[in-house]
Amino acid sequence: MTARRPNYTAGVFTSLWLAIVLVPVYVLVKGSLQNEAQYTSAGPLSLPSHLTSANFKLVFQDGFLRFFLNTAIITVSVVLIVVLLVPPVAYAIVRNRSRTVTIVFRILLLGLAVPIQAVIVPIFYLILKAQLYDTLPAVILPTAAFAMPISTIVLTGSMRDITSDMYEAMALDGASSWRTFRNLVLPLSRSGLATVIIFSALSAWNGFLFPLILTQSAGVRVFTLGLYDFTTANSVDAPAICAAVVMSIVPILLVYLFARRALIQGLMGVGGK
Amino acid sequence: MTTTLTEGGLAGSKSSGGVKVGRPSFLWSLPAITFFGLFAIVPLGVVVWLSLTSWDAIGSPHWVGIANWKAMFSDPIFIKSFRITALLTALGIVTQTPISLLLGVWAAGYQRNRAILAALYFIPLLMSAAAISIVWLSLLNPYFGLPREEHWLFGGALFNGGFLFSSPATAIGVLTFVGMWQWTPFHTLIYQGGARSIPEVLYQAAAIDGAGRVRQFFHITLPQLRNTMITSVVLMLVGGLTTFDSILILTQGQPDTSTTATSYYMYEKAFQSFQFGNASVIAVVLAAVTMVVSLIAVRVSGWDKMRSTQEGM
Repeated sequence: MTARRPNYTAGVFTSLWLAIVLVPVYVLVKGSLQNEAQYTSAGPLSLPSHLTSANFKLVFQDGFLRFFLNTAIITVSVVLIVVLLVPPVAYAIVRNRSRTVTIVFRILLLGLAVPIQAVIVPIFYLILKAQLYDTLPAVILPTAAFAMPISTIVLTGSMRDITSDMYEAMALDGASSWRTFRNLVLPLSRSGLATVIIFSALSAWNGFLFPLILTQSAGVRVFTLGLYDFTTANSVDAPAICAAVVMSIVPILLVYLFARRALIQGLMGVGGK
Repeated sequence: MTTTLTEGGLAGSKSSGGVKVGRPSFLWSLPAITFFGLFAIVPLGVVVWLSLTSWDAIGSPHWVGIANWKAMFSDPIFIKSFRITALLTALGIVTQTPISLLLGVWAAGYQRNRAILAALYFIPLLMSAAAISIVWLSLLNPYFGLPREEHWLFGGALFNGGFLFSSPATAIGVLTFVGMWQWTPFHTLIYQGGARSIPEVLYQAAAIDGAGRVRQFFHITLPQLRNTMITSVVLMLVGGLTTFDSILILTQGQPDTSTTATSYYMYEKAFQSFQFGNASVIAVVLAAVTMVVSLIAVRVSGWDKMRSTQEGM
């Protein structure tokens, strides 16, 4: 859309929304650095004063490094599982038109519609039976499984952009499916793969329900759950809560700064055309 | 390049000569679908079975037939939870759709200031649902949050004198607002992508015909975004039906049971009352409703189409 004259209505509306988005962000950053008494007496929107690093110290003492590490292990494992399993299935879906593969695709699509809440009780049961309760794999396995449907959709989308000429050229070279996959399909679906990695990493990093239900002890606690427990225990210490939340965002913020394009393009694609 | 005709382990292609293009066999899909089936499809069967048993997490489930189903469908809180879920879902759609539609169409423009603002709008998407709810819980605290500081705004009856979590209407309002804050960026992106794929020539033609900005929006943008809107609304629908994290952290279903939505009630039944049979009944109902809704949606939006421009390669 080409703008000819300034759109004042849009200006007012977008500024208002910007304020709604940024007020909590301001309070978070400022609050995390402010001493508690000052925060309480001056209010959340007050100008920054009485700055301190005590809140972050408190958060660190509460074992957040451990939670951080656990979350990192879970995130990396989930991404590895997704990256190992999803490209082959996406390749099969795009290039194999048999009935079996169509059914596979439909099952994965169905997975988009299965809410985690609906299966949390049976997953809890299965994890108990498998004696995985209160371990990191208990969180990793279902989180990875539930990241697969959307990853498959993103990846089939980018693999469909590979033209048939390229496959024919590979075939003329006598390339096997495996070689076609490795030398043609994977390199050309890099952007889709980047989106899938970021997307599954985000869902693992921010996951809450699986850790809440499937773990218990502090040794395997993840960040979101640590945040939740910390808030319950320190419900009146707003600056400490701010500091804990800020710490949970920093790693994602770094990823966002470096991989914004992949993330946004991928999410935009969800809307289809 | 030298041609080696040896096949890779999983390959089931027949690339013997000419331009017969090798295609991956279905075995390529086997690891993923096995893994996915185990953690997403098998549980759907298990939950139906659990709904017919009595289990308290200790020992083994034992068969009770349809007793749980009878109990749940005469449970007034369960019945009421549908109304609350429907209300929260409807409020979510009604508040998020107009805002994300307008912001998305606006952000689809390639101007530099729009790109910068769009990047800022994206911030809530970086935060976990838990973190967002925790932030708002603290911000809306009546004693040290915004209601006390901005008493001119929150002091009136509209906001229950600042005690937002103490009355059913304002508690629902808080959940709706936090949901809006959390999800609008995502839907804005969806609309932004949709708006960018509208052919520019349509606007040029409309401009030649003398159509202004508002007419262009209603006669080109809105009709062209029909499918995008379906996708977005469906995602809101499924998201709304399964609202959980924000209820657990912000209201715990309170006051009374006025924010006890269906998925939160399932959590209470399972992990606070340890009545896993009853909780499974709720889970089955929840799964059935969301799946029916999504399947209809997939049909309408064409997500399930295997066809593409590359059809018939």
